Parts: sequence; C-alpha cells; structure tokens
Amino acid sequence: MKKLLLLGNEAIGQGALDAGLSGAYGYPGTPSTEIIEYIQRNPEAKERDVHRTWSTNEKTALESALGMSYVGKRTIITMKHVGLNVAADAYMNSALTGANGGIIVAVADDPSMHSSQNEQDSRFYAKFALMPAFEPSDQQEAYDMPRLAYEISEKYHLPVMMRLTTRLSHSRAGVLRNSILEENKMHLPEIKDQFMLLPAFARKKYKHLIAVQKDLEMESENSPFNKYIEGTDKSMGIIACGLAYNYLMENYDECNYPILKIGQYPLPKKQIQNIFNECDEILVLEEGMPLVEEMLKGFLGNLKIHGRLDGTLDRDGELNPMKVRKTLGLPKLSSKDIPELVSGRPPALCVGCPHTDSYKALTEAMKEYGKGHVFSDIGCYTLGYLSPHNAIDTCVDMGASISMAIGASDAGFFPAIATIGDSTFGHSGITGLLDAVIQKSNIVIVILDNDITAMTGMQDSQVNGKIEQICEGVGVEKEHIRIINPLSRYHEENVKVFKEEIAYTGVSVVIPRRPCIHVFAKRKK
Amino acid sequence: MKKDIILAGVGGQGILSIAAIIGTAAIESGLHLKQAEVHGMSQRGGDVQSHLRISDKPIHSDLIPNGGADLIISVEPMESLRYIPYLSENGWLITNTKAFVNIPDYPDYGELMKTIKSFPNHIALDADEIAKDIGSPRSMNMVVLGAASTFLDLSYEKLEEGIKIIFGRKGEKIVDANLKAIKAGKEFTKQYK
Ligand SMILES: Cc1ncc(C[n+]2csc(CCOP(=O)(O)OP(=O)(O)O)c2C)c(N)n1
Ligand code: SF4
Repeated sequence: MKKLLLLGNEAIGQGALDAGLSGAYGYPGTPSTEIIEYIQRNPEAKERDVHRTWSTNEKTALESALGMSYVGKRTIITMKHVGLNVAADAYMNSALTGANGGIIVAVADDPSMHSSQNEQDSRFYAKFALMPAFEPSDQQEAYDMPRLAYEISEKYHLPVMMRLTTRLSHSRAGVLRNSILEENKMHLPEIKDQFMLLPAFARKKYKHLIAVQKDLEMESENSPFNKYIEGTDKSMGIIACGLAYNYLMENYDECNYPILKIGQYPLPKKQIQNIFNECDEILVLEEGMPLVEEMLKGFLGNLKIHGRLDGTLDRDGELNPMKVRKTLGLPKLSSKDIPELVSGRPPALCVGCPHTDSYKALTEAMKEYGKGHVFSDIGCYTLGYLSPHNAIDTCVDMGASISMAIGASDAGFFPAIATIGDSTFGHSGITGLLDAVIQKSNIVIVILDNDITAMTGMQDSQVNGKIEQICEGVGVEKEHIRIINPLSRYHEENVKVFKEEIAYTGVSVVIPRRPCIHVFAKRKK
Repeated sequence: MKKDIILAGVGGQGILSIAAIIGTAAIESGLHLKQAEVHGMSQRGGDVQSHLRISDKPIHSDLIPNGGADLIISVEPMESLRYIPYLSENGWLITNTKAFVNIPDYPDYGELMKTIKSFPNHIALDADEIAKDIGSPRSMNMVVLGAASTFLDLSYEKLEEGIKIIFGRKGEKIVDANLKAIKAGKEFTKQYK
C-alpha cells in the first residue's frame, strides 16, 4: 500500500477517522491546529458526515465532546497546552464521569515556546487526572495510537490523552493506513448515573478511578508502544519518552545502552524496575518537563537518576539531537558559527494589516496620558508591542486584557484600555465584559475585528457578525459601541472616536473593523 | 543514500512548497522522508526554516544535527547564512541573491555577498530576476529548487511529477509556470558548475 505523507497532527486526524471517529471539536492553537483542519478538509470525513467544527473555546469543545461520548460515539478534542488550562475544569471532571463512546483529548505542547506564552507539559495533567496518556514518537505511531486509545477509553470508560509536541505535530513523514473501523451506533451509558457527579456518586467514581490504575498500568506493560531494547553496556540505561527516543536513536550507532522506550502512560512499573535493576545509572530523556525523572528520583533524590533535574540536560527548552549527543558523552560534529553580520528577523504585523492602523489611531489618542495604559491579549495584534508600533503593554492569557483593565481601573488608574481580537473576545472576553458592565468599570475595550482568527492560520471566528449584539446584550450602552474603519484615510476620525470614548466615564467598546489582508485569499481557496 | 537539507527563507516566500515538492518526489521514489516545518507565529514575516531529511533507510530524528546538513537551500541571501551551523564540512549552500529587506538592520549587501561567496561550495543566483525573465514572476522558489535539483539525488522527472501533484489543484497554467521555473534554475546550475 502507498504511504500517505502526513504531518504528525494530520496522522492523528487520519488515525482517529480510521478508528471510527464521529465528531471532532477544538479551538485553534499552534501547534495543535492542523488536526481539526485535516479532518475538516478530508473527503472521507465529509462523505461520512463526521462532525468537525471549531468551538468557542477549549472548555466548550471538551464539554461538547463529552456530550457526544454520552450518546456512545467516538470523539476527539484538540487544543494547545495552554488550552488545557481553559478546559481544565471539564477535563478533571471528565476523569470521573469517564467516557461512554471513546474520547481522545489531543493536546500539543510547545517546548521552547515557538508560538506560545509558556511551556507546560500536559503529561502532568494526565497524571493529575489519573488518565491514561499516549505520547507518539513518530507519525506512524501518531496514526496508530488513536485506535488503541479508543479501545482503552471504552474498555475502562475513561477519556484518554494524546500528548504531542511541536516537532512531531509539524513534521511530515510517510504513514501506512490500517483498515477502517465502523463508527459506533448511538447508545446511552449502561450505568444510568455514569455522568452524574453529585458528591455521593462522585465519591464512588473517584474510588473506582483509583482502583483501575493497576489495570491501566498493566495495559502499559503490555503496550506495543512501550518497548524494552536490550543493550550490552549496562553502565547506563536510558528511559526515552515520545520524541526523545528519535534523538537518542539518531546517536545510537555510537553506543549500546539498554533502552526503555515509553509511549503509553501510566508508566509500566515492571519495565522501569527492570532497567533500574539492570543498569548502574539511569538517564531519562523526555521532551518537556522532568515528569518521569521526578517520579523515579523521588523527593529525596536518588543519585542514580539523571536528566533535566540534575542538570545532565537543560532544564527548559525542547530536546534535539545535539543536546542528546552531548549528554551521551559523544564528540561534537564539527560546525561553523552563524556569520556575525546576520541580524534577527522577528515576526511582524503584515504590511497593510488593519491592526497597524487601529494602533496608530489609538496611540495618538493616548499620547497625552503617557505609557503603560494598554492591556492587550493574544493574537497577531500582540505584535503591536514591537517597534515601530509600541502600542500595547501586556499579554498574559486569552481574555486577560479586559479583566486586567478592570482591575487597574478599580485601583483608580486612568485611562485603562483593553485591546482584544475578535476570536479572543469570543473565547474568553465576554465574561470579562460582563464584569465590567455590572460594576460600571471606567474602561475602553477595543475589539480588533479582522473577521478571522489570523494568528493561528485563518480559522473562522465564532463571534463573526455578532460582536455588537453580544456587547449590547451583555449591557454596554448602544451609544458607546462605536465601529470604526481602520484605514489611514479615516485616521483623524478614528482618533476622535477613541478620544471621545476615553473621555466617557463607563464601559465603552470601540470596534475597528477591517478584514485581515489574507482573508480574501483564504476564502477563495 | 541520505540527504539532509535545510530550507530557509522569510515567512510567505514559499519554502513550504519547495519542501512539499521534494517530499512528494522522495515518497514517489520509495524513499524515507521526514520534514519538520514551522507554523504559527514565525510565519508573520519572520525567519522560517524547514528540516528535510531523505534516506533509503529509516530516519529517526525530525531535526538535523548541527554540522549534519548536506545542503542549505535558501530563497533569501541573509537567511541562507542563519543556518550555517547546520552545514556539514562538504555541504553546499544554494541561495537566491535577492534580499528581502523588512528589518531596519539588514546587513550591507556587498558584505553579505562576500560572506556567501567565501563558502567554496556555493551557488548564488538572482532567482527573482530569472523568474521574471521567463515570465513566471511568482515562481522564484521553483527557480531556487531547480538550481538545487542536481544535488538532491532525486530524478528530475520525479520533481516535475511533484510539481504536478502539488500545484495540480491550481490549474494547468500555474503548473506550467512552475515547471518552466524549475527548468530555468536547473540550467543556471549547469552553467555555473
Ligand atoms: C487558551 C489558548 N488557546 C489558544 C491559543 C492560541 N491562540 C493564540 S492567539 C489566538 C487567536 C487569535 O485570534 P484573534 O483574537 O481574532 O486575533 P488575530 O490573530 O486575528 O489578530 C489563538 C487561538 C492560546 N494562546 N491560548
Ligand atoms: S495575518 Fe492578518 S491580522 Fe495577522 S498581521 Fe497579517 S494582516 Fe494582520
């Protein structure tokens, strides 16, 4: 059979489809976005009418998937690592309700923060929730794992995490397809109270969740994705998780240590015990944070265990073949430095971007108040912090712009401005707006409406065409919802609108509205 | 057979199409392939790179180690130098010479070209100009791919097939423009060598 050339993300999408997927939910976020995009444009998914939409945020996505699982169907939810923070309430509780139809929570982590505001390791969430997790090392495993993940999810009535990292999500390789499984028929949970978490039921379910841990461990012992590889040099044993296994194998010609490759959690205790007994020292290679290393080392610190915690490897940032090579004590390959004249080329707002004109007008209107007044958020418009714009002051988490402006204004700070993108507003700005309206905060909220979720590659924005109605419905006075056209020819008018709304004491919303310059090309495709 | 290639450029210049075509050609030739690319934030006018590995044996790492690349293929001259640490001792540097200036501190052009030419194994061509001359101004990236084509250990026909597969959706005219561009790039290298 011919191989498909797929990104790690696409391989998961194809793997889920071929394993009987009925519905995919998610919120865009690099590096996770292509899972849903792949399912959306897949002709077989279209033919089967697999449900495949973006949700307003990661929490609503996970809850929708729970509903689909409740009626017996297999689903996948996708998000980036910080999205799991947003979905965390639903996620933690879904470990107690469990699944009826199989559930895969696919989370893509971004070590080294290529496109993120922090680096976190989602395996900690899986451990926290006592959920099984899969961590593919290559595209073929990314394709193969959903099948076993659904099997385990339905066997133990538990959602299952699939944890990815940037390099696998965004790397392509040939993938061989398996047979295609039928979708589940609709059926309600056999146990009537399965999705009922009143305390009396929840306590029972928690005991049950704890009790099945042994079985999950046994699944890991027998998993095709956990593999013990004999080696002759027992001075060191290497535990390699997910992608780290590849960086090890890249250098493995030159050494011969026993290896335990990990692709399924909870950790297989017997196999770990085995390598621990057999080898003098243990090196743990894991992409992200030192989860396995910390578990093995324990609080008092077993001196035989090495990894990111004791500085054998860098504590932060993603792994690569060079870091692993160095750790194995192998000589460096010869290479030259970057010539000195090469200068940095940071990302920037596109020429002609609507945000540029919005910021120009806002900055001019704010001139008399000095620096430090503009709370912003996450999206293309965050690049407005950089020169030559220098237009905003903060970026923390999605939705924080509005709530932080409220807090600053509560402390007597004036003016307090929030700038937030349309998709981000829908994701988690509306609740902040409600707070502002209820306590009549003196803030100006600028909703930068470029028609689309641009930063993550042009996904539809859930609030498209509804922003004014939402603001009005939440209670913003109609006269203080102002729509402007961010074009340089309207600059003076726009400055005036900003000034008027800054002068108004209360909640104002200014909506600069002009499509991202790439929207047209995208829609034409 | 093993080729480790760094593709370099600025977001929007089309290095992912080069990667897709080489990748398709490699798969069509029954070879193993891994290709790591950059999505998201850095695509907004920032530097972008892709690690492309082709081999007749299974490939482990998605990333090429420093000092391991057989080729750097760049659609922008300064960007070609950013990845010098990856280049192996006998590796080749193949780059477009047309600068893409979207930063205030872009280096002196003369110095830049001098640095590029200080690498004994280099091919430098004004791919923008060549693309314009042959009437395919938007196919600069395929000119660069053409210039690199003889270094890839892939048959030229497979690369053409790759272009047809990747651009087929966009219509015959675009396929032809790109086929012309890759040919022009190949001719350049033939004369240069
Ligand atoms: C919780 C969370 N989910 C997803 C992301 C990824 N992400 C960053 S910005 C963004 C949306 C940007 O869209 P919008 O607000 O419309 O601004 P634009 O980029 O269009 O200017 C997303 C989804 C994130 N940073 N955090
Ligand atoms: S992609 Fe669109 S919104 Fe983002 S910087 Fe470019 S023009 Fe602006």
